[in-house]
Amino acid sequence: MDTLQEVTTALTEPKKTTSVTGSVALLEGLIAEGTDTIFGYPGGAIMPIYDAIYDYKEKLNHILVRHEQGATHAAQGFARTSGKVGVVFATSGPGATNLVTGLADAQIDSTPLVCITGQVFAHLLGTDAFQETDVINITTPVTKWNYQVTDANEIPAALAKAFYIARSGRPGPVLIDITKNAQMQLFDYEGYTPCNHIRSYRPRPFVRNEYIEQAAALINSAKKPFILFGQGILLGSAEAEFKAFVEKSGIPAAWTILGAGAIPTDHPLNVGMLGMHGNYGPNVQTNSCDVLIAIGMRFDDRVTGRLDKYAKQAKVIHLDIDPAEIDKNVKADVPVWGDCKETLPLLTKLVTEKTHPEWLAEFKQFEKIEKEELIEKELNPQSGELTMGEVINQLNILTKGEAIIVSDVGQHQMVACRYGKLNTTRLSVTSGGLGTMGFGLPAAIGAKFGAPNRTVVAVIGDGGFQMTLQELGTIMQFGVDVKILILNNQFLGMVRQWQQLFNEKRYSFVDITSPDFVKLAESYYIAGKKVTERADLVGSLEQMLQHPGSFLLEVMVSKEHNVFPMVPQGCSVSEIRLK
Amino acid sequence: MSNSQDLELANAKQQEFTITVYTENQIGILNRIAIIFSRRKINIESLNVSPSEIEHIHRFNILITETEEVVRKLARQIEKQIDVLKVYFNTNEDIIWQELALYKVPTDTIVEKVLVERLLRENGARAVVIRKDYTVFETTGHRTETDKLIEVLQPYGLIEFVRSARVAIIKDSEGFNSKLREFERLDPGQDVIENEFLDQEKNVFTM
Ligand SMILES: Cc1ncc(C[n+]2csc(CCOP(=O)(O)OP(=O)(O)O)c2C)c(N)n1
Ligand SMILES: [Mg+2]
Repeated sequence: MDTLQEVTTALTEPKKTTSVTGSVALLEGLIAEGTDTIFGYPGGAIMPIYDAIYDYKEKLNHILVRHEQGATHAAQGFARTSGKVGVVFATSGPGATNLVTGLADAQIDSTPLVCITGQVFAHLLGTDAFQETDVINITTPVTKWNYQVTDANEIPAALAKAFYIARSGRPGPVLIDITKNAQMQLFDYEGYTPCNHIRSYRPRPFVRNEYIEQAAALINSAKKPFILFGQGILLGSAEAEFKAFVEKSGIPAAWTILGAGAIPTDHPLNVGMLGMHGNYGPNVQTNSCDVLIAIGMRFDDRVTGRLDKYAKQAKVIHLDIDPAEIDKNVKADVPVWGDCKETLPLLTKLVTEKTHPEWLAEFKQFEKIEKEELIEKELNPQSGELTMGEVINQLNILTKGEAIIVSDVGQHQMVACRYGKLNTTRLSVTSGGLGTMGFGLPAAIGAKFGAPNRTVVAVIGDGGFQMTLQELGTIMQFGVDVKILILNNQFLGMVRQWQQLFNEKRYSFVDITSPDFVKLAESYYIAGKKVTERADLVGSLEQMLQHPGSFLLEVMVSKEHNVFPMVPQGCSVSEIRLK
Repeated sequence: MSNSQDLELANAKQQEFTITVYTENQIGILNRIAIIFSRRKINIESLNVSPSEIEHIHRFNILITETEEVVRKLARQIEKQIDVLKVYFNTNEDIIWQELALYKVPTDTIVEKVLVERLLRENGARAVVIRKDYTVFETTGHRTETDKLIEVLQPYGLIEFVRSARVAIIKDSEGFNSKLREFERLDPGQDVIENEFLDQEKNVFTM
């Protein structure tokens, strides 16, 4: 009976299908999702997909990286600067395990990625076949969602789900593991249908007006309100909505490292960076404001310092799309669960237009102290060794805040983020939550593909550069125009700083030697220069920026310079030290 | 003491919580849920997974001893998983629960000792299988009851014993059928995507 019905339906409305392989269906799906760039590396278990992409070179730009970790970071850089989903291909076994660091980084920093891994034939699963690894279980804790496909018929729907999950709600990395038989299998392809609903997943919370009203009432009655903003604003493309809220309410706003650039660095209400190496005022004032408005940020411990002494005097309003973040670290008096693109305008409507001149003057006072005691010496030293700060300062003057600054992890990262000038959104790319050394170079490659019209400067330490320097090969092969700025302090500087401050200068395995970076670049046919004198700095930076194509500039900076201010571990944000 | 202090104290007290999770029937979701506990070094005391009243939807019952604050955070992490539809957490007062236990005893001692028969009856046990060599009894109840029967049978040569995980029904729950229909809509209503913060007066804690 059933069969008969099916036959009749089929006769009356014939479905248009074409017979294609799973691999072709995958590529068609990627194109339908708007993918144009893929970062990947081939291998046995993903060969059918690579065979298929041979015929798609016009539509899909595949960038052959030098290590699969590089593919994930490049895809992250791409996603951050373009606002699109980053796509990665890797083979089974070692190819797949090499993705783990990038997935973990993307998971903690909410970066939308779709990673496709090849897998051994379905009939070999669980037999310890050649290059078989249990990638689904290995990546479960570091993916928003993952799924194994063993039949080509599943590919279009799995891919559609993957893209929907990666970019909706709080974005994150997803992984689809496709067995080789499914990649080769011919099946009746009915075309690609994007996914816009999964019944067990609610990426868009229902906004409750009573909370908006409570939040507005608190803000309107506040004497010393203070805004903390994070990457949620960028992820929600709510920069304009945020600016409107800040400007109408007149509230000083400080950023987390991933929120940098949501409003321009020199916006009068932008009072600086939060956290362990953030600015003086924002850290101290966290403990003297009366209403704390946290937007799209998650109260990471590097931001809060000691939690039991964090903003205890303040009423807390927390706007976030992820309900698991609300009350996780800091208890919210008013939880505004929702997409800030939606909640911010509702809030802006209800807040009174105001200025807070005295409260702002307090921030200015802190800024003045920080400038005099620290920033001025860091940015404009007249003598002595070169500082990281002055390099970034000169870079700012030359790029005028229009370049993308990608940073690696360590002292140079803190300096680049503290001082980097950003005129607009999506100009700062860094590894925030995971603090992944080696992120910088591959992320800069991806950043350039994501924003081809921008100058991309990768600020990297001598240590971190040596973790993923093989990606110079990718830069060489694909002619990627990335300006590599190595701040060489001949140390694993950040760890050395801690050893100096907290381990009585017992420098344990932090002096790291380096190859001749300029010669190294040269061997990849990349132009380069090394600067050791202050007098050569500006000219060399200019040369780097004006050079057609990629350029490596190594700047020898002070060996034992420390990043300050600093909230020492276990201390409250208001105990921030200027030296 | 103010009300809020009372509440804080209650939140800080460790007690048994039964977490009920409705999920899609997907391979891998068990692992995703399990690692939420193991990552935080929280021991799962018992775990039951079985099909629910709705086709294709599975129901987990997870028993842990923790403070309400911790359980609430765990529940949010679980509900965040893509294939999870809904999470509830309840104290023992909010639920009806049972565990099932099987006991294998040599048949000859049972036959010889009429006393055993009486003890079993008193403990609400019934025979599932009677063979020449052994007999399997079954009982359901709370942990204390199933434990007691072990003690009772130990002197009569208890060969083997097994206990199931806790299964629990939430007293105030209206089931999941109507909720599911809401979930399936493209734009589910407020009740389904409700925000837990406004529902604290309800007996069933939901998120
Ligand atoms: C993959 C990885 N390993 C180790 C660390 C720990 N770590 C953090 S900063 C740092 C030193 C980085 O040295 P370098 O790249 O030279 O930068 P600097 O601090 O000197 O600017 C280390 C080892 C890390 N963050 N990531
Ligand atoms: Mg260094």
